[in-house]
Amino acid sequence: MGAVQSHLTRRRFVTVIGSLAVLLVVAIVVCASIGPVRIDLFEAIDPRGDGVDATILLRARVPRVLLAVAVGAGLAIAGAVLQALLRNPLAEPHILGVSGGAAFGGVLTLFAASRLPLPSYLLTPVGAFAGALAAMLIVYRLGTVHGRLQPYTFLLAGVVCNAFTGALIMAVNAMADLFQTHGILFWLMGSLATSSYRLVLSSFAYVILGGVLLGMQARALNALSLGEESAAQLGVDVASVRRTCFVVSSLMVGAAVAVSGMIGFVGLIVPHVTRLMFGPDHRLLVPASALVGGIFLATADTMARTISSSSEVPVGVITALCGGPFFVYLLRRQGERHFR
Amino acid sequence: MSSTAEGSARGRVDVEQVTFGYHRDAVVRDVSFRAPPGGFVGIIGPNGSGKSTVIKLISGLMAPWSGHIALDGTDVASLSRREIGRRVAVVPQETDMPFPFTVLEMVLFGRTPHLGGFAFEQERDLQVARSALERTGTLALADRPVTELSGGERQRVALARALAQEPAILLLDEPSAFLDIRHAVEMYDLLRALRDEGVTIVSTLHDLNLAALYCEHIVLLSEGTVYQQGAPSAVITYEHLTAVYETEIYVSMNEITNTLNVLPLDGRSRATLRSPASESSPSRET
Ligand SMILES: Nc1ncnc2c1ncn2[C@@H]1O[C@H](COP(=O)(O)OP(=O)(O)O)[C@@H](O)[C@H]1O
Ligand SMILES: [Mg+2]
Repeated sequence: MGAVQSHLTRRRFVTVIGSLAVLLVVAIVVCASIGPVRIDLFEAIDPRGDGVDATILLRARVPRVLLAVAVGAGLAIAGAVLQALLRNPLAEPHILGVSGGAAFGGVLTLFAASRLPLPSYLLTPVGAFAGALAAMLIVYRLGTVHGRLQPYTFLLAGVVCNAFTGALIMAVNAMADLFQTHGILFWLMGSLATSSYRLVLSSFAYVILGGVLLGMQARALNALSLGEESAAQLGVDVASVRRTCFVVSSLMVGAAVAVSGMIGFVGLIVPHVTRLMFGPDHRLLVPASALVGGIFLATADTMARTISSSSEVPVGVITALCGGPFFVYLLRRQGERHFR
Repeated sequence: MSSTAEGSARGRVDVEQVTFGYHRDAVVRDVSFRAPPGGFVGIIGPNGSGKSTVIKLISGLMAPWSGHIALDGTDVASLSRREIGRRVAVVPQETDMPFPFTVLEMVLFGRTPHLGGFAFEQERDLQVARSALERTGTLALADRPVTELSGGERQRVALARALAQEPAILLLDEPSAFLDIRHAVEMYDLLRALRDEGVTIVSTLHDLNLAALYCEHIVLLSEGTVYQQGAPSAVITYEHLTAVYETEIYVSMNEITNTLNVLPLDGRSRATLRSPASESSPSRET
């Protein structure tokens, strides 16, 4: 952790990001080598080997771990940015109902894809993105009174939105029996199982593109933590920053949900822990959260597929088991701060 | 230092017949006043009379319904946020910070209008921030998280942040609200020193004695309109204050400092005053 310096220097930025990147690589290697079937890493990468270990490693584990990294990074960035935008450390894509909106959008487009001549892998991300953005806008509207954000109304609106979209997903599922490929658990609890490198690549494309766009807003996000008026008085074009951040973070959540369903609390825990370790400056917080998010979700998913020998636990269950108590803890702490 | 020196040529504020409201009703009506470069203007008036709204209008947060606000002759409405941020710094009434930024980081936020989206601060930015911390007496707090400061300390840090913006015009909204008397006087002494360096100061004040002591020009607002404006001795009078604040307020001259002293009258004394004949029981009144 080290002593927190009182402002961000280039050197500190490079040190922190560099160390986290090394840690991420280590985590990827370790997670890929762990699983119900023991594999020998050296055997697997040996071209003269029989290829069984290589198949397990390259067809199942590596893409899955990489997908976890991309999804974890995307959700963590979205969480960090939403927390800054709403000036509330409790904000999180899942809690705010954005993930729910994305899942519902994804389900709807799956439904549409079964009647349209368009392939679902093209439609689903679009639907998830639209759903995420719509949920974000609705919750934002509900949580804003006379242009001022009401943090608790906002969170409640998110909780309601989440419950509502969950019910809608169940309803669509009951009416249209289309979940042969995607079990409903996929949307409601999340899963990272994949063997598709195309999926992995496109997920990374979203995360990197979105991360760069949001990272460029970092100084504005710092100023925004003083509130919208003070940020504007510091020369920040608040309306444009807010628009960019809401749209891009919704896009990132949509992209994550489209490939992995609803995995909660990553966007809550990761930015918070990262802020504790490296301070609140968003120039460091946003990229560091991405790396920590990748490490966290890859680890959680490895736990999910190894914790029980008979069957897999959904990764969303693991993150929720960590995140639920954490949320309650933060809520109480924030309450204390407000009522002191 | 550098930009405040050249600030003598800049920093003019013209508010011309400005009317504005948040919803249907206007809360500021036909307000006009001007602050010359290096002027010290105080805006006083009861709660809800529109003081904060005027400050926000000058900083371009909202556009007037009618009338104009100009900085050095340029309409605020035609300037970008960043251009305004390079000329005008604002010390708000309160700052609420949800994240544990350090005091130094907060003061470096003042460099925002001068820096790009991601850039790291340069040596000069740090120098400006350090000098702002020194002048506001907050250098010793530099490494503390702002979330752990007292209201008064936060207020001085907010002033340091505004100074780090190197503004030609400094707007303050009741900056001494959370300060004890020593720190209030120190803050206004600092503002006066900045004024001497050419920075234009426009401040709302709830403390009428401080207004009388420091301001060159006073604008007295009443229900969104200018009730009276001019030199402190012309505005801060028994008649004006008593009418606008709707309570008896006496003004006397301090012969040592040659400044005005403002004293509100408490209810009991007011009763004695109204019935000078009944010397018997001042406590009995209707
Ligand atoms: N954001 C706002 N939205 C709606 N009305 C407001 C807002 N801010 C201030 N007002 C109203 O405008 C009037 C003037 O307020 P303000 O400028 O804050 O007065 P002062 O600073 O002199 O106390 C008050 O009646 C207040 O209720
Ligand atoms: Mg006010």
